[in-house]
Amino acid sequence: MLGLGVDRLQADINRLLTSLFHQGVLDEQFLQLQQLQDDTSPTFVYDVINIYFDESEKLLRNLRLLLVDREFSDYKKIGLHLNQLVGSSSSIGARRVRNVCVAFRSASELNNRPGCLRGLEVVEHEYHYLKNMMHELFQLEQQRLLAAGVRYPM
Amino acid sequence: MGMAAESQFHVLAVDDSLFDRKLIERLLQKSSCQVTTVDSGSKALEFLGLREGIERNHPNALSTSPKLHQEVEVNLIITDYCMPGMTGYDLLKKVKESSAFKNIPVVIMSSENVPARISRCLEEGAEEFFLKPVRLADLNKLKPHMMKAKLKNQKLEEIERPSKGANVEPEIKDSTEIGIKMLPLQSEFEPKQLHLQVVQQEEQTLSNNKRKSMEEGLSADRTRPRFDGITTAV
Repeated sequence: MLGLGVDRLQADINRLLTSLFHQGVLDEQFLQLQQLQDDTSPTFVYDVINIYFDESEKLLRNLRLLLVDREFSDYKKIGLHLNQLVGSSSSIGARRVRNVCVAFRSASELNNRPGCLRGLEVVEHEYHYLKNMMHELFQLEQQRLLAAGVRYPM
Repeated sequence: MGMAAESQFHVLAVDDSLFDRKLIERLLQKSSCQVTTVDSGSKALEFLGLREGIERNHPNALSTSPKLHQEVEVNLIITDYCMPGMTGYDLLKKVKESSAFKNIPVVIMSSENVPARISRCLEEGAEEFFLKPVRLADLNKLKPHMMKAKLKNQKLEEIERPSKGANVEPEIKDSTEIGIKMLPLQSEFEPKQLHLQVVQQEEQTLSNNKRKSMEEGLSADRTRPRFDGITTAV
């Protein structure tokens, strides 16, 4: 039966989301985001998270470039980049990424370069984990839509 | 005639981050508002029509149709605080200093919870200060501000145009007649401006007590006087 595919996929999606909430990777703000998606804006979550990925990766690249420079001293700039990351991560409900950015920011406020390098590594790690999870979620969602599409012929 | 029968409020959203613009736009649309987003304070001023001291409603500009560019009324400005160049606070100041636009409610957003920053903005005339991430529930607080401003605008427009039906500038056949008409308009307008200032001062002292960060959800109790002064000035 075609319907089973949809139900199974929905169960997989729910399981993944529950796990991510449980791990603290995502928080309630992610649900707020989902509430903004509707028929007039059916791909809102996907679109906005992709913008988040683009902007975050630019920021992370800039942070790495700044810090690998041995003569680096612009901690203020690091702080500004991190403010953006903290803000956007909070806005999509990426709780763990947000928290490690805050920790990284504390190191930058102490002008602690080794601390900053460590902080950056942790942020990069958490960020990539989040990105992989989001990709998995989007894939499941896409499969579910396809399965649902077969069930309801146009 | 700028009083188009719009049932929707039009919000101008200002944020340098594409991500944040996308988010605030969706939030506002979900709250049934019409949205225009710009990525800087200067673009916001441009959109409003404020250019380096030359305001549309400047007395010298009255000879040309002032409503030419103002097809869309802005009922609220919502702006990020931290922006390169002109900050949200700078934008707030410019709007409040402009005689044409000081009645547009301004809301500031920030991801930083800095009490000094919040009070500074409220003192400068911001209606609300939202901590990011902004939620749908936060935007529900905006409707009263926009309604209030819209009513205010309508009352002011009534005074500026005592003869109904004369929307676009009529040809100046008798310049002396028009000149005489101008004077009572100005003297009618001044006492009202003073009144607005008084009301705004009252609002400001009361709004100093607002601290969104510490009073999540408690900002509903606002017993500020609302335009008790306006009706008496006519």
